[in-house]
Amino acid sequence: MTTETTKKFNIDTVEHAAKTPDTELPWAELGLKQNEFDEIVKVLGRRPTGAELAMYSVMWSEHCSYKSSKNHLRQFGEKVTEEMKKDMLVGIGENAGVTNLGDGWAVTFKIESHNSPSFVEPYQGAATGIGGIVRDIISMGARPVAVMDPLRFGAIDHPDTARVMHGAVAGIGGYGNCLGLPNIGGEMVFDSVYQGNPLVNALAVGVMRHEDIRLANASGKGNKVVLFGARTGGDGIGGASVLASESFDDTKPSKRPAVQVGDPFAEKVLIECCLELFKGSLVEGIQDLGAAGISCATSELASNGDGGMEVELTSVLLRDPTLTPGEILMSESQERMMAVVTPENIAAFEAVMDKWAVEYSWLGEVTDTGRLIITWEGEVIVDVDPRTVAHDGPVYDRPFARPEWQDSVQANSFTGSVEDAGRPSAPTELAAAVTELVASPNMCSKAWITKQYDRYVGGNTAMAFPDDAGVVRVDEETGLGVALATDANGRYTYLEPYQGAQLALAEAYRNVATSGAVPMAVSDCLNFGSPEDPDVMWQLAEAIRGLSDACMELGIPVTGGNVSLYNQTGTTPIHPSPVVAVLGKLDDVARRTPSGWREDGQAIYLLGTTAAELDGSEWSNLRGHLGGLPPKVDLAAERALGEILINASRDGMVDAAHDLSEGGLAAALVESSLRYGVGARIALEELMERDGVDLFTALFSETQARAIVSVPRSEEVRFKDMCTARGFAHLRIGVVDAAGGKLEINGVDELSLDALREAHEATLPKYFG
Amino acid sequence: MTSIPLIGEAVAVAAEPRLAGAKIGVVTFPGTLDDRDAARAVRLAGGTAVSLWHADSELGDVDAVIIPGGFSYGDYLRAGAISRFAPLMSKIIDAANSDAKLPVLGICNGFQILTESHLLPGSMIKNDHLKFICRDQTLRVENANTAWTVDYTDGQEIIVPLKNQDGQYIADEKTLDALEAEGRVVFRYVGFNPNGSRRDIAGISNAAGNVVGLMPHPEHAVEAGFGPESGLTGSAGDSRDTDGLGFFTSVLTKIVGGDK
Repeated sequence: MTTETTKKFNIDTVEHAAKTPDTELPWAELGLKQNEFDEIVKVLGRRPTGAELAMYSVMWSEHCSYKSSKNHLRQFGEKVTEEMKKDMLVGIGENAGVTNLGDGWAVTFKIESHNSPSFVEPYQGAATGIGGIVRDIISMGARPVAVMDPLRFGAIDHPDTARVMHGAVAGIGGYGNCLGLPNIGGEMVFDSVYQGNPLVNALAVGVMRHEDIRLANASGKGNKVVLFGARTGGDGIGGASVLASESFDDTKPSKRPAVQVGDPFAEKVLIECCLELFKGSLVEGIQDLGAAGISCATSELASNGDGGMEVELTSVLLRDPTLTPGEILMSESQERMMAVVTPENIAAFEAVMDKWAVEYSWLGEVTDTGRLIITWEGEVIVDVDPRTVAHDGPVYDRPFARPEWQDSVQANSFTGSVEDAGRPSAPTELAAAVTELVASPNMCSKAWITKQYDRYVGGNTAMAFPDDAGVVRVDEETGLGVALATDANGRYTYLEPYQGAQLALAEAYRNVATSGAVPMAVSDCLNFGSPEDPDVMWQLAEAIRGLSDACMELGIPVTGGNVSLYNQTGTTPIHPSPVVAVLGKLDDVARRTPSGWREDGQAIYLLGTTAAELDGSEWSNLRGHLGGLPPKVDLAAERALGEILINASRDGMVDAAHDLSEGGLAAALVESSLRYGVGARIALEELMERDGVDLFTALFSETQARAIVSVPRSEEVRFKDMCTARGFAHLRIGVVDAAGGKLEINGVDELSLDALREAHEATLPKYFG
Repeated sequence: MTSIPLIGEAVAVAAEPRLAGAKIGVVTFPGTLDDRDAARAVRLAGGTAVSLWHADSELGDVDAVIIPGGFSYGDYLRAGAISRFAPLMSKIIDAANSDAKLPVLGICNGFQILTESHLLPGSMIKNDHLKFICRDQTLRVENANTAWTVDYTDGQEIIVPLKNQDGQYIADEKTLDALEAEGRVVFRYVGFNPNGSRRDIAGISNAAGNVVGLMPHPEHAVEAGFGPESGLTGSAGDSRDTDGLGFFTSVLTKIVGGDK
């Protein structure tokens, strides 16, 4: 479709650019550095046209090119053993990695950030975050089956937090609920370090048969390139408006929102329509349009395929006919896909589009010239090697160094600090401390959020929040399914980035194993401050090194992810926050282990030993302290614990399991009791004796590689024998008490479940209504 | 291509021979979300689920119809306002009003579509608290004589998930009085009214009892382990996460017990 208004543009053609080498271009306003602009001129052998400049500037941005992190991210691809490759069908680099589930099934998942849009416009920012990650999953040929959302906000009592929280949660719900994807978990953290930089990450998981895997490439000379879904509008153009100088017309509505606006109904239809295309094998290659829109889709499809493509830009269906070529190339309008279709399949493709009432337009075709040519009414406005746009962007070895302040932070342990004065020890004090902990912003019930999400749709949700992992059934005949958990601890990572990132992985791994699933793959969303700050760059480098080392040791590969940098206000960065998602497999989801106990008289065991590790803990956070060293990482112990939990689930030896992490044993005992409203009687004297810790430490320490389980009497001997045979510390700490309606811990005043529930559930409603 | 069905697609379940012949149509609009769930519920109850497409001009040979939840055409205007004009809807309206009294169940968005279609009185507006709500909801069966409730008993309490944004049932007082008097209030919220619905009404029927609409989702409470969480409180032996199955067995009982 061409419009009358296109005539108004003073089109900057390649021919014109070659003749006018001295024309001033707004490269700096588009975020390019002098050296980057010089490189573009060198690559092209002339100055870029306005449209080319638009493409390069957005594809060479930090967000699209990973230019500051690429040198470090390589480790995820390098530190890979044969064991880790075994089930990896598609690795890093595609829209999302694909893992073999067995029985011909494959699973793909990915986590991404939508941080800055969610601060500017929380509802649309969070909504389109879900939309974008779901399209990544569809692009692989998969049916999306669930979403999760790790969220980090500013201080719970800061007036702006409510704005972001209400908007983000409503946006995730408003968009996700309309897609028919159950929301099965996530995280919620409040910390003033995120005040001006909330973290809104989104994860999606999809499943497919092996033969349905699709890749983003444009192969086969003469195959047609089609754009379908929503029309292209002026939303999300961001910096491209400076290119308005290519227009004669000053009256056009050039200032449009930088944040994209989502249409979940369009996305839902797009999902169904793509699945029908895949079923009929009607597309050769497919790519979603996310950041950098058509610039990204055309250059990536072309450079991953035979290397050439010709596209007529006036064929793009527009919402706003006044858009300039540069704006069309950069627009981040949502709910769009680009595909490559053979000439024989055109009619069948169009029939699917018509059935779902999806608009489409044929833009051009695949060539073997190695050039991406974009024309405007036949005049060439882009003539580039697509690799130089999509893959050969600048790569920086940013300087990094261990911050000078790191030593003094690590020397400042919580134990013995001013904030540690008056540590609870009497029974009344300990009871009050437990109650305070479970009512605190980070440990309180997240039901206020999760009840705004549909967790039932699809009928395959076997487990969801507040259990340790979300579990979704994949195959209805066999019960084969997947488990997912995401975790990060910004405080731990601030104290020691290498370990902090490993602790995030360890916790997600533990959560998945606790549900009974075998951990298989990792996706990460690395949220950090400015890479131009050597302190932050060091945090990033250390976190990546730590995470990649830990993946090797646990034997599970990173299959994809995303990096979000510049999360800082002025010169103050957020805590380094590597959010790690682990995916696991359950042969039969009926064997999943929930986090709460239900059967009276079952024995409660604590697996693992407890050390005095309070630095960086939730308790120290409640007392306003951040210093020292985070809990020790012991990946061999994590692996051993995981194997015990998985075997116990498979062989029916445990009825409930809950991992110990933030808030330690105290939080776990309360959560397992409140899960089904069934209490317990607990005695920790033997533990205190064995591990040489006091009662407060036993309850609040955040030592890793621990979990609590409830074991049926008939299984107790077998369970103990298994732990003994594996040389893993295990201790009977109590018994499930269904009648009492309370959590009794020796040495702690009685805690009624009603009072604990009231404390646990009242916090979010109190702040957010 | 793929011979094994994708997640949520029809899995062959050997239907009870007596019921297998009963065909329940499940309508899909472009934005329908719970159609697979409804079809699964029909199968688990022993019947045969038949997919119906909103743009179809014929209803075909079905013995009953379910209009599942979702956002039919996006619902940016008013939930169900556009869907009532779908070609298939006119056929459903005719069949429901015909002498054959085709059993029709509208769940959530389906209920909204039934009120927009005037098969059922009243209307749904935004929840009184203005937020989407997903919770396990206790309902009381107030009328166990409709096509979709005969396998329950009057006064029986059941737990089924509820999830909606526009679930507040409203009607004028005269209509509400008439519904009460005629026994057409089929379900009432118990313990907690999740959306401000008038007189705690969760579901209603037409005068003949063949058309029933409700906001909660019985199709999400048909399979052990995948049903409402709160059905799991207390010991494992007391699990109640399949309370919704009665809707689907009811209509099959009705069909098989009738002329079919």
